[in-house]
Amino acid sequence: MTVISRPRSVPGNPEGNPEGNPDGNPDGNPDGNPAGVAPLMQATDLGFRYSRLRPWLFRNLGFSLERGEILSILGPNARGKTTLLKCLSGLLAPREGQVHGANGIGYVPQDHGAGPSFSVADMVLMGRTRHLRAYQTPRREDHDAADAAMERVGVAGWAARDYSQLSGGQRQLVLIARAVASGCELLILDEPASALDLNNQSRVLGVLSGLAADGMGIIMTTHHPDHALHVSRNALLFVGSHDVRWGPTDELLTGPALSEVYGLPICTPTVGTLSGERVIAVPDFGPSCRACPVPEAVGAPLAELPLHISSRKEHL
Amino acid sequence: MATTSSAAKRRTGSDGSGTSAGSDGTGTNGEPDAASSSSRRRRFILPLCVLILCAVALISMAAGRYWVPPNEILRILFNEVSALFGGDGLVRRTWTEQEATVVLDVRLPRVLLAFLVGAALSLGGACLQALFRNPLVSPDIIGVTAGASFGGVLVLTLGLSGGWMVGGAFGFGLAALAGVLLLGRLGGRDNAMLMIVLGGIVVAAFFNALVSFMTYLADPYSELPSIVHWLLGSIAAASYDKVLTALVPVAIGALVVLALRWRLNVLSLGDDDAAALGVNPHRSRVLLLCAVALMTAGTVAVAGAVGWVGLVVPHLARLWVGPDHRILLPASLLLGGTYLMLIDTLSRSITSSELPLGILTAIIGAPVFVVLLARSQKKAALS
Repeated sequence: MTVISRPRSVPGNPEGNPEGNPDGNPDGNPDGNPAGVAPLMQATDLGFRYSRLRPWLFRNLGFSLERGEILSILGPNARGKTTLLKCLSGLLAPREGQVHGANGIGYVPQDHGAGPSFSVADMVLMGRTRHLRAYQTPRREDHDAADAAMERVGVAGWAARDYSQLSGGQRQLVLIARAVASGCELLILDEPASALDLNNQSRVLGVLSGLAADGMGIIMTTHHPDHALHVSRNALLFVGSHDVRWGPTDELLTGPALSEVYGLPICTPTVGTLSGERVIAVPDFGPSCRACPVPEAVGAPLAELPLHISSRKEHL
Repeated sequence: MATTSSAAKRRTGSDGSGTSAGSDGTGTNGEPDAASSSSRRRRFILPLCVLILCAVALISMAAGRYWVPPNEILRILFNEVSALFGGDGLVRRTWTEQEATVVLDVRLPRVLLAFLVGAALSLGGACLQALFRNPLVSPDIIGVTAGASFGGVLVLTLGLSGGWMVGGAFGFGLAALAGVLLLGRLGGRDNAMLMIVLGGIVVAAFFNALVSFMTYLADPYSELPSIVHWLLGSIAAASYDKVLTALVPVAIGALVVLALRWRLNVLSLGDDDAAALGVNPHRSRVLLLCAVALMTAGTVAVAGAVGWVGLVVPHLARLWVGPDHRILLPASLLLGGTYLMLIDTLSRSITSSELPLGILTAIIGAPVFVVLLARSQKKAALS
């Protein structure tokens, strides 16, 4: 059972409107921008397949992303989530449709193990490579940018440590700092919180929320609906290759929809509302799960509610 | 060098201030003392390499069947250099004519050639190990040496001159590389590296068979001895001509590799990371592979197939200075040159008749490599 406190208004969107409709700009105008200001990224009718002989991984996919927004992408394995991220970050060209407003993107690939034993400082410094000519080595301004990125993500204390000796969560944060160092305004992450323990999941999500609060746009894939509900206003859900849905997380990531996607009975009941902010519980999937009040969640002040998971049996 | 030392300063600077990250139980702070001492060490690595190089060069010019005292060598060299700038007679002549001949006409070109060959092979090995993210790769393993050897043997059999030698060695070295890259494509994206290494073994076997075929065809009295001796790898017949012949391709290749030293750091993270960081991995790889093929061909043209240097020395250097190619590449270059000078000195000192270089590098290189491999398993220098 996962219990999540989700502020009604996410940072950067004071008048948050969870009832937005999935076809338009669901959350009105974050940052109080006048209507008509171009979103940070807008994708229309995207489609991709690796060759004519291979099936479409996705088609007719569209969404838009504002500054300071975190978009979560959910779906089963091997449905093309990573491919979509590569299309969005320009590493692959989509076969159909367009991606607009994509400049200054930092892409964080899935964590692939230890790698060479560079120091954390050097690893973050590599984020500056796109600003260097082929024969250049990092200059003073690159060192300054890398240091600032490390401070911002909170990894400055490890600067001299060996990257390959870090834990998975620490490596993920360093990779985020590396992307931030490139000076991007949109961060695209491939499963930033998978394979991490709870503490590190919460930490990575916290860092991402902090970056979003500073106005950075973030797109990430995740296998945890609770993460999406925790940090995202909008989500993309891969239901089928021709059915990739985009909409507000609490409308999109409902029990029936998730059950359809993952082929398991899943329900996501709303537990209650406390002082204008909502608490949502996502029980572990199982045939007998049902909405249930969670004592800690209902009584506790929201500020103290952590990302909390307890075993299902206690509550059913 | 300026970048390196400022990076080192910066690293120590950021250490004291950044205590926020490690306080919540997910990690401990880096130890500032260890960090500053390691950065201080980094700054002295290259000067130390140069110092070792000079010492070994001096010993190499002094040692041999005819001993020349090192102080006389220094005087002879200084006299030559000052003569170049019109300052004739600055140094009092304390050496004999014979000593001057031995140092200037025999040993100096030999030392220079040994340095060039060792430096090129070692730098090429360091570059390939980064590109393939594999510490077991070297110019001879990916088939370039075999291809270049075939080119050289072909030129020897046809009786062509020195310029053709470089051209033939480079042409066939590049052909071998192209073959390896094509075979690498068979493996698709996921197995590209494995297929390239396997392809290297296949291509090397193919070109070695062609070399055997050429030696089989060669005239056993006039051509065969020179071919066999050349194949064993030797710099015994060093001359300033050969130094120049090797210098051009080696210098061009080395400049390209050294210029892309930061790119190599990024490429050593893998293709996905490199692309995400704004580096086109395929284009950079082809450029660097061509540079390495050019360097290797230059060495094969003057010294034949000298194995193991490109494998052992970069490995040793990585254990010592770490994986940052801003330091690793120049260190590999200097240490590789030093290593081959040392081996060459041994090859003409330990027995009355000279041992071919390739034999000694393999005899020394193989066991050293086993030791390094065992050590690097502990230190996990590369993933």
